[in-house]
Amino acid sequence: MTSYLIRNAQLLGGPAQDIHIADGVIREIGTGLAIEADVDIDAHGLIALPGLVDLHTHLREPGREDAETVLTGTQAAAKGGYTAVHAMANTFPVADTAGVVEQVWRLGQASGYCDVQPVGAVTVGLEGKKLAELGAMHDSAAGVRVFSDDGKCVDDAVIMRRALEYVKAFDGVVAQHAQEPRLTEGAQMNEGQVSGELGLGGWPAVAEEAIIARDVLLAAHVGSRLHVCHVSTAGSVELIRWAKAKGWDVTAEVTPHHLLLTDELVRSYDPVYKVNPPLRTAEDVHALREALADGTIDAVATDHAPHPAEDKDCEWAAAAMGMVGLETALSVVQQAMVETGLLNWEGVADRMSHRPARIGRLSGHGRPVSVGEPANLVLFDPAYRGTVNPDSFATRSRNTPYRGLDLPGRVHATFLRGAATVLAGELVEPGELA
Amino acid sequence: MMRHLVSAADLSRDDALLILDTAEELAQLSGRAVKKLPTLRGRTVVNLFFEDSTRTKTSFEVAEKRLSADVINFAAKGSSVAKGESLKDTALTLQAMGADAVVIRHHASGAPARLAQSDWLHGSVINAGDGTHEHPTQALLDAFTMRRHLNPGLGNDLAGRRITIVGDVLHSRVARSNVLLLQTLGAHVTFVAPPTLLPIGIKNWPCEVSYDLDAALAKTDALMMLRVQRERMNAAFFPTEREYSRRYGLHAGRLAKLPEHAIVMHPGPMVRGMEITAEVADSPRCTVVEQVANGVSIRMAVLYLLLGGAVFTDSPAEAARTETRTETNEAAQ
Repeated sequence: MTSYLIRNAQLLGGPAQDIHIADGVIREIGTGLAIEADVDIDAHGLIALPGLVDLHTHLREPGREDAETVLTGTQAAAKGGYTAVHAMANTFPVADTAGVVEQVWRLGQASGYCDVQPVGAVTVGLEGKKLAELGAMHDSAAGVRVFSDDGKCVDDAVIMRRALEYVKAFDGVVAQHAQEPRLTEGAQMNEGQVSGELGLGGWPAVAEEAIIARDVLLAAHVGSRLHVCHVSTAGSVELIRWAKAKGWDVTAEVTPHHLLLTDELVRSYDPVYKVNPPLRTAEDVHALREALADGTIDAVATDHAPHPAEDKDCEWAAAAMGMVGLETALSVVQQAMVETGLLNWEGVADRMSHRPARIGRLSGHGRPVSVGEPANLVLFDPAYRGTVNPDSFATRSRNTPYRGLDLPGRVHATFLRGAATVLAGELVEPGELA
Repeated sequence: MMRHLVSAADLSRDDALLILDTAEELAQLSGRAVKKLPTLRGRTVVNLFFEDSTRTKTSFEVAEKRLSADVINFAAKGSSVAKGESLKDTALTLQAMGADAVVIRHHASGAPARLAQSDWLHGSVINAGDGTHEHPTQALLDAFTMRRHLNPGLGNDLAGRRITIVGDVLHSRVARSNVLLLQTLGAHVTFVAPPTLLPIGIKNWPCEVSYDLDAALAKTDALMMLRVQRERMNAAFFPTEREYSRRYGLHAGRLAKLPEHAIVMHPGPMVRGMEITAEVADSPRCTVVEQVANGVSIRMAVLYLLLGGAVFTDSPAEAARTETRTETNEAAQ
């Protein structure tokens, strides 16, 4: 296996140090290391972070390989600095059986760019009626611990209660897509000033908050672990803050786009801004940033949602919801959180690696960057300034809201258990250097 | 003058008055034996209607023909659109056929804006009603009608006139375009509706809001009744048709409370017995039929100003069309 000596990297943004990687682990950390390695990397000015962990990725395979495959999705993940992603269950067929989650897991193993941890559906076919075989998915080779009907809300209170209770047997967690279905029939964008003017069906904040309020109470009642997907409103933040203050086992994630963009962008009627939950107001963005900074929101999760061109190259109402996000997440977080002084790089490592790994119970990821640990690492250049060009993406889809936008920073290198998946910003084929 | 008419917000006061004044001049034509002008001879205007609409489509068609344009009616029903063709491919097809202007009616809010911003076609885009968003030519013909009654004369605006708009504001593209244009022209707008039929955020619109029709009547120069679709009842926007009529319908008793000079307007189609009684609809104070006639003049003015004369010889639309023709010639060789 290729060994690396990374010289003068700023560990979690701290003083420059050398990191020696060999045989998949971090061998040594220090200044001026005199070690022979196969590859020397001058990391002057680069930040070293633990490999990022995404709790919320749509890899689309099986079923929508025109939008993304496990291979292209994990390549995008590697380019974004990720070493593990949680693949959401809304595939065709739905990942609601041991067979499908094992298939996705094996495709991830075969890719080699990034670990793929499948998420299992909570209910059969995401229909919210009947529990899927959660235990079988957990006992499968995929070892599922995160269950979600993402894209749809588990809106039946009894089904939600049972799911929360049932997964306790194997330390599972239910990741809820909080969206009250009746309040969001025909919803096209955030309900507020802009939706009223544009004549687009509103997606009110209360539809998210009502479900979160119910779910934290349910989780408290049955003593279970709840994770809230893509929190998007200031009111949701208050509810989660309250639940955490009660000592309840509730965690939450926010997407990069909800940390940066607002519903004012919808005025263009360009469906690249159509996403679920929708872009909210500047007040919501502010509250989400504060909540991520103070830890009320535990993690940044991309909700990477690739769609083929024809699903966005149309009128707003006909367009699919979702944005790709793996390859821009760290840059967006730098802009929204680091350059605003809300988080330092240690905080970024916590919200994008340590905590998401802990929520997903991934033992090999989100580890400290220290000697003896698996060498899952990112080298990130925060000084880089560039314009987002979707043509350079590894993802199969191009539905990014950041096209043409100047975002800071870029991933220089990613290491998955000591093997480079990205070097000098370019993908490295697995085994190429081994 | 701009290239497209997508929103009433696109119009400055000068733009709006130019359209109203031009329409006033063009209206003289309708009294003549020969109603046609040669202005748009050789120009192709496509009426692209994704929604059924007899009155708006006919109105545009009459306007186009009076200006001597080549008119193509592209109804979505029975065309390739019904077979799943996208808006983009439809637009590319129209572009390839050399459409100088596309008049679009679409069930999705923002579809005309998408067309205007895309590079799918290069001609002018005229919004003939998009979803629950806007219907700018309706607002123009309404303003034209109001001006004739309330402040007649070329160059005049609607400063200080009090316009009350009643009904389903939430789902109304007429209301949205009207509030924008009326504000531009200096009028004061009051919306009257049950709270369920007002959009969230309306408190920041340039208008007043009331839940009480009777209280608004005495302070009204023009009363516009919006259509209320019966199916709204099923989504619990209001309990019954009768209750709606009692609280927000216009009947003779309420008509009598309006100032004497005030007019009653309706964009049509009217639901008689729901938002307006037959007695009021047929009264001489109701301008519904006049609005239809004015609609032709307004649409002629819009087409004339967007497409007509020397204004566009060096425009991007013209350049693009020349380019396309050259490419087509090359391809033919």
